[in-house]
Amino acid sequence: MSQAKDVLLDPLFNKNPIGLQILGICSALAVTSKLETVVVMSLAVIFVICGSNASVSLIRSQIPSNIRIIVQITIIATLVIIVDQFLKAYAFGISKQLSVFVGLIITNCIVLGRAEGFAMKNPVGLSFLDGLGNGLGYSIVLLLVAFFRELLGAGKLLGYTILPSTSEGGWYLPNGLMLLPPSAFFIIGLLIWLLRTWKTDQIEKEN
Amino acid sequence: MDNQLYLSSSPHIHSGETTDKVMRAVIYALLPACGVSIYFFGLPALSVLLICTLGCVAAEVACCKLMGRDLTLFDGSAALTGILLGLNMPPSSPWWLSLFGAAIAILIGKQVYGGLGYNPFNPALVARVVLLISFPVQMTTWTAPAPLGSGIDAVSAATPLGEMKTAVMLTGALPEVATSGFGGYLTGNMAGSLGEVSALALLLGGLFLLFKKIITWHTPVSFLATVIIVGGIFWLVDPTKYPSPLFHLLTGGLMLGVFFMATDMVTSPVTGKGMLIFGFGCGLITVLIRLFGGYPEGVSFAILLMNAATPLIDRFTRPTIYGHVEQEATS
Repeated sequence: MSQAKDVLLDPLFNKNPIGLQILGICSALAVTSKLETVVVMSLAVIFVICGSNASVSLIRSQIPSNIRIIVQITIIATLVIIVDQFLKAYAFGISKQLSVFVGLIITNCIVLGRAEGFAMKNPVGLSFLDGLGNGLGYSIVLLLVAFFRELLGAGKLLGYTILPSTSEGGWYLPNGLMLLPPSAFFIIGLLIWLLRTWKTDQIEKEN
Repeated sequence: MDNQLYLSSSPHIHSGETTDKVMRAVIYALLPACGVSIYFFGLPALSVLLICTLGCVAAEVACCKLMGRDLTLFDGSAALTGILLGLNMPPSSPWWLSLFGAAIAILIGKQVYGGLGYNPFNPALVARVVLLISFPVQMTTWTAPAPLGSGIDAVSAATPLGEMKTAVMLTGALPEVATSGFGGYLTGNMAGSLGEVSALALLLGGLFLLFKKIITWHTPVSFLATVIIVGGIFWLVDPTKYPSPLFHLLTGGLMLGVFFMATDMVTSPVTGKGMLIFGFGCGLITVLIRLFGGYPEGVSFAILLMNAATPLIDRFTRPTIYGHVEQEATS
């Protein structure tokens, strides 16, 4: 069972898809100006990555290796369309805010990377756990980035006012940069710095 | 073992130039501009400069201690960054704005890359741009100059460049500030950041640096020439819509950028040819942003963009090694 535990927990901090592998940066910049959108985005990615890992693993011995990427992408795209339609039906407002970024989960390198790198070689149960772990690792980073961006950029968390801003009679002057995507680069950079200070084995060897 | 023979590779002659000597010379060169800004904007200017400088020095000490690096405080680079940042701030900046800028300059602009000599971007400019985008209102609230002893605290006003941009957008024609009053711009009697105001004082400092051979002529000359030529072409095409090159030269942060930011040894190319290209790029982007961009002033963005291009420029202007023969392409 220790292998299952490693597969599930390693992607959280030890092999974080964003922190160590620097994958999935596009959506980490685009949707993180608010916590609310990030929660939905994270759930969507976790669903897709778990589903694609399990499905790919299930038929891994049937997939001809020269068209395997096409098969993987077809499975991923199907799952993403399901998520997209579901959001449009039940959470239209959020779906509007996430706009193309739900569809772009198809091109999220983490999803394809896990399907190709893990699910093609491992049994269904382990692949599902690997998908869950990587989805959670992605979500942790996004939640942290969105926490700082929404708090510093708007003085709010999940839409509730934490730091009353000057425009509403409070004392906090919102930082406009935090609402722009580049600020996520700074925050992710600082998070990676923090992570590598904690887990020193993640520091690359100097050439 | 007194007569031991020391063998070391060349160069053998030391110019006597050290980092702290260079930094000190640049700080001296900035003093006239600081003086003029304090004369025109009074005590608020002094406090902005002091907070920025002390903030940078404190951030430098804190970073060096926390990261276990050798203390690089005494080479004066942090103090210089502070003064440059101060000269980039509007005189009415609140204390927390200056302090935040100082922390950004040293932490994000310099120390995360490994400290002095490793930073790809000019730290003071990084801080200025971060502040400008984060707090656009505070960073563009200008006060008109009120010379010491005039009895007025502060009057809010627009910078000549800002006024020009607004007028051109609204009416399509140049306002009066862009066609007259150049004498005031030269001495510094206009609204703007602390270091934007006196072209004359900055020019003095720049000439001092050239004379002391701290900087070479390449970057300033090509930067200024590009601004004059490109600005001049637009002016000749339509003098009612585009300002004259003289206006470009005397307003905004151009003089400060040309002599003190674009010539930063760490973040600009090392060869003469590279510096010419660097200056040309800075000048071109500056004029384009001023005339067509969303911001009234483009010097800081121009220099940062060219900072990013510096490794590339260095690569393409690498001098050939002495005795090197161009190889015929084989295969």
